Amino acid sequence: MSEHELDARNLLCPLPVIRTQDAVKKLQPGDRLHVHCTDPGALHDIPTWCRINGHGVGDIVQQGREIVITVQVVAGED
Amino acid sequence: MAEQRKAVALISGGLDSMLAAKAMLEQGIRVEGINFFTGFCVEGHTHAIRRQDAAKPKRNNALWVAEQLGIKLHIVDVIEEYKDVVLNPKHGYGANLNPCLDCKIFMVHKALEWIDAHGFDFIITGEVVGQRPMSQRKDTMPVVARESGAEDRLVRPLCAQNLPATLPEREGWIDRERMYGFSGRSRKPQMALAKQYGFTEWAQPAGGCCFLTDEQYAHKLADFWQGRGERRYELDDIMLLKVGRHLRPRPHFKMIIGREEGENNFLEGYRKQFVHLRALSLEGPLALIDGHVDDSDLELAARLVCRFGKGRDAERVQVVITDLHGETRVMDVAPLSADDVPQAWYL
Repeated sequence: MSEHELDARNLLCPLPVIRTQDAVKKLQPGDRLHVHCTDPGALHDIPTWCRINGHGVGDIVQQGREIVITVQVVAGED
Repeated sequence: MAEQRKAVALISGGLDSMLAAKAMLEQGIRVEGINFFTGFCVEGHTHAIRRQDAAKPKRNNALWVAEQLGIKLHIVDVIEEYKDVVLNPKHGYGANLNPCLDCKIFMVHKALEWIDAHGFDFIITGEVVGQRPMSQRKDTMPVVARESGAEDRLVRPLCAQNLPATLPEREGWIDRERMYGFSGRSRKPQMALAKQYGFTEWAQPAGGCCFLTDEQYAHKLADFWQGRGERRYELDDIMLLKVGRHLRPRPHFKMIIGREEGENNFLEGYRKQFVHLRALSLEGPLALIDGHVDDSDLELAARLVCRFGKGRDAERVQVVITDLHGETRVMDVAPLSADDVPQAWYL
């Protein structure tokens, strides 16, 4: 299990989701990806993407304009 | 036991593609969704940027639809490849800069590449004969099937009964009688089917799902190409066309002026790439200058940006101007009056 960071700040939806999707493809089950974003749409979209693709959602921390969403990689991506 | 067949559905986030995918799920097909991000997708960008829209729900409708259907969704970045569709559409543009027929051919072709790479059997779209003036006409729907290369592996469940039988129908993977014969622009059959499937909510994007169909956006894009002297773009260019007021006071430069705090914050992210200015002595918006400017242009730009700030009625306002090297200077100017700003400057 390892920790990874993804900078998706200043990107608008759906780019934070696309970057998350692409990053998760390279990770292993058990890894965690901390996605840093500024588009409030990510608060809805990244957890939705995780649910429909079988991944877990960990902490969601919002500080000012920045949001950090933790994705828990569960399944290998197709 | 028969092998479960697999299809990928083009999911836009609207009702028709949702219904088309559902119709195939109902026939026991394993469906996954695919959504292409071209850079021109509407998807609430303006809402995401503008602070005054902060209370409006922000969600990607394609993801939302996928969750309602219980299917996976693959969002594919096609920004680079899509440029050729926008710049050189073989079948031309619609009412604005919308290359709808070429776009549909492109997306079905990309879906075909995807199913071939992932071992899927066919492609589903929510197209309805006669629903759209360019890409969903009786004479253009076969063009999409042919030029995309999908041919008879393209299934349109909402209007399948009006079209020749496809491979999945002939092979008995799906039942033609359990698809539909919708045609024309009426939405009533779709509403009735949504009710039948128990859907009570769906996205209804005003003005379509693509900025290229928007007259004002298309005008700004055409102006952008003219101003740059060449027809090309990068993602940042087309994103900036969605934000702020765009004014061209002189042929060789235009200004992008934030309309509120959210837009000013968004434009802040681009300020290092542009000469930019903002009122210093009285609150006002951030403005980016696109083009090459001399001192007289800068004075005009400074006077113009004051027009949209709290200093619009002041006699003099100090404006701080930052060049591309980050060097700043302050200019003391008289704001332009409303009469000094011709309507023709607005893009």
